[in-house]
Amino acid sequence: MSTDNEKNYLENGKGFSSWFFTTDHKRLGVMYLCGIGTFFIIAAIASVLLRAEHLSPGRTIVDAHTYNVLFTLHGSMMVFLFIVPGVAATFGNFLIPLMIGARDVIFPKLNLYSFWIYCLGAVIFLFALAAPADTGWTFYTPYSIESGTNVILITLGIFVLGFSSILTGINFIVTIHKLRAPGMTWDRLPLFCWAAYSTSILQVLATPVVAITLVLLIGERYWGLGFFDPAKGGDPVLFQHFFWFYSHPAVYIMILPAMGIISEIIPVFSRKPIFGYKSIAYSSLAIALISFLVWGHHMFTSGQSKLINIIFSAITFAVAIPTAIKVFNWLWTMYKGSIELSAAMLYALAFIFLFTIGGLTGLHLGALASTIHLHDTYFVVAHMHYVMIGGTLFGLFAALHFWYPKMWGKMFDEFRAKIAFVFIFIGFNVTFFPQFIMGTLGMPRRYYNYDPEFTIFHQISTAGTWLMALGFIFMLYNFFRPISKTAEANPYKSKSLEWSIPSPPPTLNFDEIPTVTESTYAYGNKIERET
Amino acid sequence: MASEGSYRQYVNIGILLMALTVITVAAAQFDFGPFNVPIALIIASIKATFVALYFMHLKHEDTMTWIFATYPLFLLFLLIAFSATDIFTRVLN
Ligand SMILES: [Cu+2]
Repeated sequence: MSTDNEKNYLENGKGFSSWFFTTDHKRLGVMYLCGIGTFFIIAAIASVLLRAEHLSPGRTIVDAHTYNVLFTLHGSMMVFLFIVPGVAATFGNFLIPLMIGARDVIFPKLNLYSFWIYCLGAVIFLFALAAPADTGWTFYTPYSIESGTNVILITLGIFVLGFSSILTGINFIVTIHKLRAPGMTWDRLPLFCWAAYSTSILQVLATPVVAITLVLLIGERYWGLGFFDPAKGGDPVLFQHFFWFYSHPAVYIMILPAMGIISEIIPVFSRKPIFGYKSIAYSSLAIALISFLVWGHHMFTSGQSKLINIIFSAITFAVAIPTAIKVFNWLWTMYKGSIELSAAMLYALAFIFLFTIGGLTGLHLGALASTIHLHDTYFVVAHMHYVMIGGTLFGLFAALHFWYPKMWGKMFDEFRAKIAFVFIFIGFNVTFFPQFIMGTLGMPRRYYNYDPEFTIFHQISTAGTWLMALGFIFMLYNFFRPISKTAEANPYKSKSLEWSIPSPPPTLNFDEIPTVTESTYAYGNKIERET
Repeated sequence: MASEGSYRQYVNIGILLMALTVITVAAAQFDFGPFNVPIALIIASIKATFVALYFMHLKHEDTMTWIFATYPLFLLFLLIAFSATDIFTRVLN
């Protein structure tokens, strides 16, 4: 392949406008990465402050209102500005066209507009910080209607961000349908693309519901419409129905692309074909379907009817099936493989371990009897962080390491990366495992103050955040201090198409659209064993 | 999108939509009790169907597009059905 005369995507144009007006999917992926990275750091600093406040009962560093503002900022920024666009917008943009053998997504301009809408939503969101909301990221009525803080502006920001999500989803769905290279049949499609495809379906179909819900909330605050006000014939629990109709599928918007990443990394570092390709692919679709049927499990103690509680609880247990299918297939892929414990693989293995803990503790919360005891305690906080950090964030970090050579055309130091991993992994467990115990003992979430008997758990948890912060900082340092300024096209001997072109990829990706003749996961075949 | 409707057809559909709007306004003048909302929703659904079929060319699209266009209706049904099940069975608690 002759790509000598073609510039790679990083060198193709310099300066602000060459990035901000680009329609190159790879550059947009990188810009999303900068965007979500910035908000991740801000929201993570908020969480370090939150934990520091809990070093002792009563006031430690901030007053009660500031505490409420901090956890609202942490939650809403992590959810709407970091983790929902998270893996899908960054690696989805960067990888989908490369993996399916296309030169770009099908609507490159729409892709750029989606990014601008993300920026606009973020700006509105930041303006709202002038009088930051104290409602928590869920904006439950009636408090979100009564709170004297700036709820309207922050929900408006989220409303705008939603459009970025919807348009990106439409773009990916059509791209995967229409732009697959010859021979890239549905049963050869990389599993990351299957995951991104399922995620896109959720983004397109669930996001409008939260947008409408937030409009109703704004209308209720501004004009007193009464949808959620019993005095006017409304119902505050209706808000929770509408909110979770989006926000449960949103959990899968956050986790599915990370699962796709794990499905890519495990076979490469096990040198084995992925086990159960079809069941992993279809389980993504099954999750996309079933995740619309379980939202009521967030409302078991809201006064919801007992009949619907039973129905939602039963369907919630069914979600465990497609998720477990993936976990067992990953384990079976590794079985008798030639496993290489690279930094990316370590993050992928941690994903399986931590996500399984997160998923299984979800069953305690999905069961109607135990949830009465555990609802709104730190058990829920620990559960969701095991899923969101142990799952999505570790998946994102695995991807940042795995595709680092492809994205930047450089190599990082594996040893330093592994040290950072150890800090993050231990720090994470030290932070959140005590929260399971605390929650079981009855420590409520979102409380500013607590009984002295919980002090030791809170202090261990706070110390964990410092370990994690050290790990993050060291990981970033490692990324910015590469050990080699050039990277091979395919340092891991992967079979996936993005590794068949130089690192970093040329602006137009492929000189010639490739023709695919075998599965993406054809490892361990005869030819490879002989070489 | 092999054959898109003629200009004349679009005008006819437009007139039909206007007529349905007049019916909506007229229906609002009477009090049908519990049927007020269903009647308004049925008229609005008929209008939306015409817009989707003709102005959005759904009538001429392939099966895949139909799946993508009708699946959200199923989700809408779920949203209403589950929320309503909650609200109308709370008396059993
Ligand atoms: Cu849920």
